[in-house]
Amino acid sequence: MTRVMTFLTRRRGGKGWHWTDIVTWVWLIGGLVIMFGPAVWLVGSSFKTPAGLAEFPPTILPYATEEVTVEGYDEPLPLFEVTLEDGSTAILAEARRIGLVAQMIDPNDPGEPVPVNINDRSPVRELSFEIDNYTEPFVHFDFLQYLYNSVFVTVMATIITLVVNSMAAFALSKYKFTGRNLVMFLILATLMVPLSVILVPLYSVVSALGLFNSLWGVILPTVATPTGVFLLRQYMLTIPDELIDAARMDKASEWQIYWRIILPLTAPALAVLAIFSVVWRWNDFLWPLIVLSRKELYTLQVGLNVYAGELNVQWHFILAMTVVTMIPVVLVFVFLQRFITTGIAGAGLK
Amino acid sequence: MSAISDIGDKTGAALAASVKWAAGIIDPPLRWLQKKAGFNGMAAFFLAPNMLIFGIFILVPMVINFAYSMTGGGALFLPDRVFVGGDQYGRLLTCSDYSRPITCTEDQFWIAVRNTAIFVVVQVGLMIVLALTTALVLNKSLRARSFWRAVFFFPVLLSPVVVGLIWRWILQRQGLLNYILFQFGIEPTVWLTDRFWAFVAAVGVSIWAHMGFYALILLAGLQAIPKDLYEAAEMDGTRPARVFWRITLPLLGPNLLVVLVLALIRAVQIFDEVFVLTGGGPGTSTLFITQYIYEIGFASVLRNPGLAAAASILMGAVLVVLTLIQLGVGRRKDPKEAAK
Repeated sequence: MTRVMTFLTRRRGGKGWHWTDIVTWVWLIGGLVIMFGPAVWLVGSSFKTPAGLAEFPPTILPYATEEVTVEGYDEPLPLFEVTLEDGSTAILAEARRIGLVAQMIDPNDPGEPVPVNINDRSPVRELSFEIDNYTEPFVHFDFLQYLYNSVFVTVMATIITLVVNSMAAFALSKYKFTGRNLVMFLILATLMVPLSVILVPLYSVVSALGLFNSLWGVILPTVATPTGVFLLRQYMLTIPDELIDAARMDKASEWQIYWRIILPLTAPALAVLAIFSVVWRWNDFLWPLIVLSRKELYTLQVGLNVYAGELNVQWHFILAMTVVTMIPVVLVFVFLQRFITTGIAGAGLK
Repeated sequence: MSAISDIGDKTGAALAASVKWAAGIIDPPLRWLQKKAGFNGMAAFFLAPNMLIFGIFILVPMVINFAYSMTGGGALFLPDRVFVGGDQYGRLLTCSDYSRPITCTEDQFWIAVRNTAIFVVVQVGLMIVLALTTALVLNKSLRARSFWRAVFFFPVLLSPVVVGLIWRWILQRQGLLNYILFQFGIEPTVWLTDRFWAFVAAVGVSIWAHMGFYALILLAGLQAIPKDLYEAAEMDGTRPARVFWRITLPLLGPNLLVVLVLALIRAVQIFDEVFVLTGGGPGTSTLFITQYIYEIGFASVLRNPGLAAAASILMGAVLVVLTLIQLGVGRRKDPKEAAK
């Protein structure tokens, strides 16, 4: 394609633009705005005060009106740039406002207030990050607990997933035993049945085991992923059996073979599965929503949804907590993108 | 900074040491087990944990789902439930006029089915066209291609709750979209409380969130097409449009089919981001099947687990058919693709 393009553009003489180049750049710039824009808008908004959020027209970055403490007034007063009657401009603080007329005073020389029409002034604004949006939900609401629950679920589920899936994959790739095909078939069959199809019976099984309203009830149903077993098995099949035979001659136990030979050699596939498992478990929503009904057990996703569903949505807190919920996934994305793209392009993981 | 990484290294080393120690300490009992069971007997040991969890939390629920779908009442555990045979299916499938959901016994189910059907067709159709265009654009010789790939892929990893909330914030009355439209002199609309626009938003937001995933698979497919075909076309002076229809599209065919079926499977189960975005509303305009199952099985006051199980089996049947097609297509192309 590239060569065809160079060839075609060359024929048009020098660096002429073909219509596909224009489409390409329109698509890329449009994509940048549409795909990245909403996230940038979210992060910018999350640092605004409730007043800043209600502002129209909105700004991307969080601005707030500058304030100043003036002698004789208890509260800090907002600053405005005022066009005076003689045409000059001055920075004045607003003492009070009645209708269209504001009483303004000079903060450096607080004397008699000057009446100013509010159309003749504009607020002095500065960049200001409202950090309280982030600290308040942790201190005064339960978000610290939710964060802890999410981290616990993600870490535990990922560790168990790696251990049990790699053990099963080892058995299914390096041993010949009766029933191996049956096991493979069962795992293959469940690929067709996502969690959303077995919600009701799974709920009853989890309740019967006493795991309702328990973080383990969230973790355990997700760890025996058929996808993980498949991915690891495919990778282990490429490890030569001679290595295992040689280890057996040297009197290594089967456990040592798994632990000292197979696992280290499977590291790249384990890394891919670990990354995906972290993202999957961190993002899980429907199942935790069903299993967890007590507030102190909510994961970030469930807690965030509950808070956002309340009648009196406090957007400044919700937006900040949405950013917090996004952070681990963004970090994974920034640092481990290579693993993710190979995982998807190579094995169709999601 | 170096102090932090030092602490990281130390905890990492300590963690690795303790894991090594744990692995070493269970070796002697496992050696004894191996003596009793033999080499191949150890396969059972390695399979056991996964199969145990798999059996309890996937296989058993799959089987008893059928039993649930044939019982009635509000009791949770199967032994306490009343056998009703095919009544739940009958209730779901009875309509006096199948073109009008309102005449059905379970009108909510039919509304959800109709909504899901429209959603699947529109969302999958649009998304594949957009993903293919994106893949073609990214396949050109671009500077900083990995950056541009990241731009389109990035929303895929975001959680459905984050996606839903970002867009609720943008689509609200005083939101960004209304402001942008206002600049062009268009009257503000409350997007998510309008039946039509809420559905459009559900389709658009789910495309925004998932398109990059399919673009990535298609891009991998494009890069696998042998370069000499294009060189041959270049020698013959073939027009780009002809190159696309005669080389790119036919050779990308298997990938496109995999992507199509994957997208269909996921669109049928659409739930979380729409649930956060609209809650199924306004009214029932964005009510989809998974949400129907969730409502009737768990959230509604008139909980009916049997009905929810029956509905989920009907949805499962559709998914099984789609997956079989996908496995058939995937097997023919590349066994690795069949892994999900």
